[in-house]
This record gives sequence, C-alpha cells and structure tokens, in this order.
Amino acid sequence: MTTTTDVTGFSTESGSRRADRMRLFAQPAAVVVIVGLVLAWAFSRDNDEIEAQSIQAGVLLTKTWEHLVITAVVAAMVVGIAVPLGMLLTRTWARPAAPAFIGIANIGQAAPVLGVLVLFFLWTEWEGLWAAALPIAFYSLLPVLRNTITGIESVDPALVDAGRGIGMSSSGVLLRIELPLAIPLILAGLRTSLVLAVGTATLAFFVNGGGLGELIDTGYKLNRVPVLVVGAVLAVGLALLVDWIGAVLEEYLGPKGLS
Amino acid sequence: MADNDNVSGVEIQLDHVTKRYSGSREPAVKDVTMTIPAGKIVILVGPSGCGKTTTMRMINRLIEPTSGTITIGGEDALRLNADELRRKIGYAIQQAGLFPHFTVAQNIAVVPGLLGWDRKRIEQRVDEMMDLVGLDPAQFRTRYPRQLSGGQQQRVGVARALAADPPVLLMDEPFGAVDPITRGNLQDELLRLQTDLRKTIVFVTHDFDEAVKLGDKIAVLGEASTIMQYDTPEAILANPANDTVAGFVGAGASLKQLTLLRVRDVNYNDDALTAVSEDTSPAQLRSRMTEAGKTYALVLDGRRRPQRWVHVRDLSTAASLAAVGRPVGDLVSTQSTLQDALEAILAEGGNAVVTGTRGEYVGTIDIRTVTDTIQQIREEHETGSAAS
Repeated sequence: MTTTTDVTGFSTESGSRRADRMRLFAQPAAVVVIVGLVLAWAFSRDNDEIEAQSIQAGVLLTKTWEHLVITAVVAAMVVGIAVPLGMLLTRTWARPAAPAFIGIANIGQAAPVLGVLVLFFLWTEWEGLWAAALPIAFYSLLPVLRNTITGIESVDPALVDAGRGIGMSSSGVLLRIELPLAIPLILAGLRTSLVLAVGTATLAFFVNGGGLGELIDTGYKLNRVPVLVVGAVLAVGLALLVDWIGAVLEEYLGPKGLS
Repeated sequence: MADNDNVSGVEIQLDHVTKRYSGSREPAVKDVTMTIPAGKIVILVGPSGCGKTTTMRMINRLIEPTSGTITIGGEDALRLNADELRRKIGYAIQQAGLFPHFTVAQNIAVVPGLLGWDRKRIEQRVDEMMDLVGLDPAQFRTRYPRQLSGGQQQRVGVARALAADPPVLLMDEPFGAVDPITRGNLQDELLRLQTDLRKTIVFVTHDFDEAVKLGDKIAVLGEASTIMQYDTPEAILANPANDTVAGFVGAGASLKQLTLLRVRDVNYNDDALTAVSEDTSPAQLRSRMTEAGKTYALVLDGRRRPQRWVHVRDLSTAASLAAVGRPVGDLVSTQSTLQDALEAILAEGGNAVVTGTRGEYVGTIDIRTVTDTIQQIREEHETGSAAS
C-alpha cells in the first residue's frame, strides 16, 4: 500500500498540487511576517514630526481600509459587468459583437491607467471613491471578460448538445452546465483583475480617492523614506493577500468532479 | 409480434422531411418519408455525412426541418414546445455526454427534475435506473463521470435517457467510443432492456454489424438521407436492394445471416438412431442398426443426454454401451444461432448434436441444413421483392 501511494506521490500532477497547497499556507504567512517586520521597524525608530503624523495605527488602518474598499468596489463592478457581459457575448446571436467588446476592454487595459483616471476626472469632475473605482474597474475588466468568454466557449459542445437534447432550455444549459464549467477560468481572470486593481488603487489619491498611494506620495514628496516604505510594503502585502484569496477561491469554488 | 399490449413506445412518422441549410444548394436531408413502428428498434445506417444524424436530430428538433412533418404517437412534433418535447424523448449520444460536474445520480436525475418530480420519487427512480443498467447505486451514486470507465459512463448515459420513462429513445452512435468487448456487452444489455421496455428506439450507427445485431428494421441511407432500403436485417442480408447497399452490407452477408437464425427456426434432422446406454445391450443396438441401415448411432444417458457416437464396427467387441465409441464434443442447443451450429458442425466433422432446454437430445444438424436454410431465405426474399 505504502509503495503505491508513494508512486502516485511522485507524479507531476499531485506534485504540483502539493506545491499549490504549500503556497496556500506559505503565502499569507510570508506576508504577515514581512509586513510585521517592516511595521515594527517603522514604529520603533526615532520618527520626526512629519513621519509620526503618517506612521500611526489610525492613519495606516484608514488608508489600508480605503484601499480595500476601492478594491472591493472594483471587484464587484468587474464581476457584475464582465461575467454577465461575457455570458451574453457567447450566445449565438450576440457572438458577432464579441470582438468589439473585447476590443474596448483591450483599450481599457492598454491605456495607461493614470491617463484614464485623469481623463475620467476631467470629464466628470468627480472626486473620491467612485472617481477612482470606475476607471480602475474599466482598466481591470479585460481578464474577467476574456476568461468568461473563453471559459464558456471551451465547454465541450457535446455537453451543450446533450443538455439541450434531454430537454434543458438554453438558459438552463448556460446556468447549469456552461457557467459552472467555466468557473475555474473566470476565477483565474478575477484573480488577475484583482491584483491589477490593488496595484492601480495606489493611484486613487490623484482624484482624492484615498488609499495607500497617499502614504507613498507623502513619503516621496516630503522625502520621508520610512513613510514611503510603509505605504509600498502595505500595498504589496495587500496585493499578495488578494492573490492568495483568489487562489483559495479557485481551490474551493470550482466545480467538483473535474480532476 | 403477438404481445403488442406491452409496448410502451409510440409510432414515429416522418413525412416528406427535408433539411436545407442556408448557403448550401443541396439539402442535407432530402424528402425522407418513413414510419418507425412502435416498440421496435430501427437503425439508421449509412456512410459518414449521409445525413443520418441530421435525420435523427430532427425527430427531437435539435435541428428544425425545413419542410415536412414529423408525428410522434399521432402528435405533430413541430407544434409542441421544443424543450418539453425533448423531455419526452430519451437522448443518448456517443461518449455519453455526461455532465462532468454532476454526480452519477445528479446526471440521471436531470430530466425528472426538469419535469418537476418530487425529490423522493426522483431518488427512487435514480436507484431503479442504476439497477436497470447494472450499476450498484450504493457504490456509484455519488461518483463523478470521470471516475467511471467508458462502458460505465455509457450505462449512465442510457440510464439518464430512460429516467423519465420516455416512449421514444434516440441513440446517436452511443457505443461508438468503447472497446469492442464492452460494446458487445452494452449491445446485449440494450437488447435485454428492450425485451422488457419495448420502447421505440431510433439508433444511428455506421457499423452494419451493429445494425444487424440490434435492429428490428434497418434503414440503409445514401446521400442526403435517401432511403436505399428499409427492411428487416434478414431481408437486407438476403437481398440487398442495389449495389451500394450490397457494398455496405459488405463481404460475408451469408455468414452474418447465420447470426440472425436460431437452430429452433430451422428443420434439423431428428432421425439419428439413438440408444440409452443403461437399457440397451451392444448386440441389441447392432441388430437395430443393421435393420435401419445406419453405420452410426448416438448413445444417450439415463436422462437422454447425448454421450457418445458409436460405429457399428465398435459394437462387435464391446461388453456394454457405457464406454464404446467417441465422446460427443460440441453441442448446440435449440437457442444457439446457426453461426454457433456451423462452428460445431465444422468441429465435429459433419454432424452436430442438437439439445433441448434441459440438455436432452432433440436431433442433429449438418451442413446441408445450414445451406438449405440460407438458400430458402434467399428465394423467399427474391420472390417477395419481385411480387411487391
């Protein structure tokens, strides 16, 4: 018995699965350790008045919270727009329109996000959370949209045929067969989108959107390296955590029976 | 058939059905008219691309006919809601088409669920269907399709198609992707199911041997689904309508014919000289043999089961009938196919002994019986087609 389990343990598939599981535990642990060390260093050193204004628990928590809110709003918008749109664009009658929408999403991603952010501000004259979240959502829409379309289109046509053939309606096939089978790809897209969103949310302070970008900006403009480092490390930590959440979702939300 | 009252299937009628895809000049299916009798297995067989699958898919309207009418059990299929129509028509396809993220039970439960059955009834039905196709519910209910072998998947596919007890079953090369041994088993099992269920089954295949084995009737289709011949397997084998059908039947039509006939259906001989070993002495048998002018006799045991062949020469020296002569080798029963009988005849060197249901002697069969039978069937179908 032991020999057989050992043999399967050496196969590449379970090997990479094991690596995945290792990462599932190691990644958040690493983030906590690094962020903890940096914060300990920042709090324990001799901060001057300007530094002390930024490096205090209340400010850091607010900025991190703002950053998280922007990310969450972006995620909600991306899922709410890209997944239904992707589902729609895989219907036979809408398929010709798919390249146009992919093209628009491509422009969103290809254009520098700072440019989109500023243009959007100049156009709407909005400030704050939504002025930041909308352009960032537009910027990070593409991975989810493209993966939703690819995911649904890569479902074996024989399954769609079987579903229709035994009397499922076309929306029944979409919701019970096509969408569940596309979920792994959609989640992979969402993970990419979210990492993009966390990164670009550091630019939200340009339109008064808050977030960790403010710390980085303060540290840079006033030449206070500890403030800059704390802001940057927190942003990186957040990105890694969001990526980890994406991995956990992929591990547990995907359809069963596929492996 | 006499017992028509057990038939759960209904008749399907295709009337001048044509399918023309936009952009192609030639129709994919051209003016097909055929009646599929209730409770029978009808095989649509033909080369790839002949439109046999298209024809079948028009019955459940996965493909809408361009013109013509299709009636199922007297109802105009084209007037019904297509989704509801399909819930009343079982559908099994190549490689089963099971949903990989559904368990076996969930896959089988799909159609009853769509029909709004309550949970308890669905659960019961799922177990019943799994028993029917020979899968232990306790063991397989919660498995996923990827954890099953190809043959098991195909069984689940058939169970899913039959779950809501539809009168009609459409099968599109359902056994095309499994190995030949499993395919043979699945075919046998379909025939076994069909003797109880008596559904109307439309079965598409490109394998003529499969068609001969399964079909009550075979429709041999040519280009654009033109029906070249629509008849029983026996008739098509004995008298192919044209060269194309003959080509499709392939070599060895007479040998295939033999798989369709049972020994009980032919006139085997029952005039062999027999003797029961316990109450006949060698001398008695010898005098009976000279009287009848036979050189061989068959020795039976107390329950009239065939034991040995004895030559008249063997008897002069023998003390009893228990140990003389040559033991009987291959036996054929009245249930055997003529193909099995032929095999036994060749192995036995001229004569094979035929036994009844309890293994008792009922007669012998030789090569003449086989050739005469084939000859007779050919003549019947030839005069039959000349008359019509």
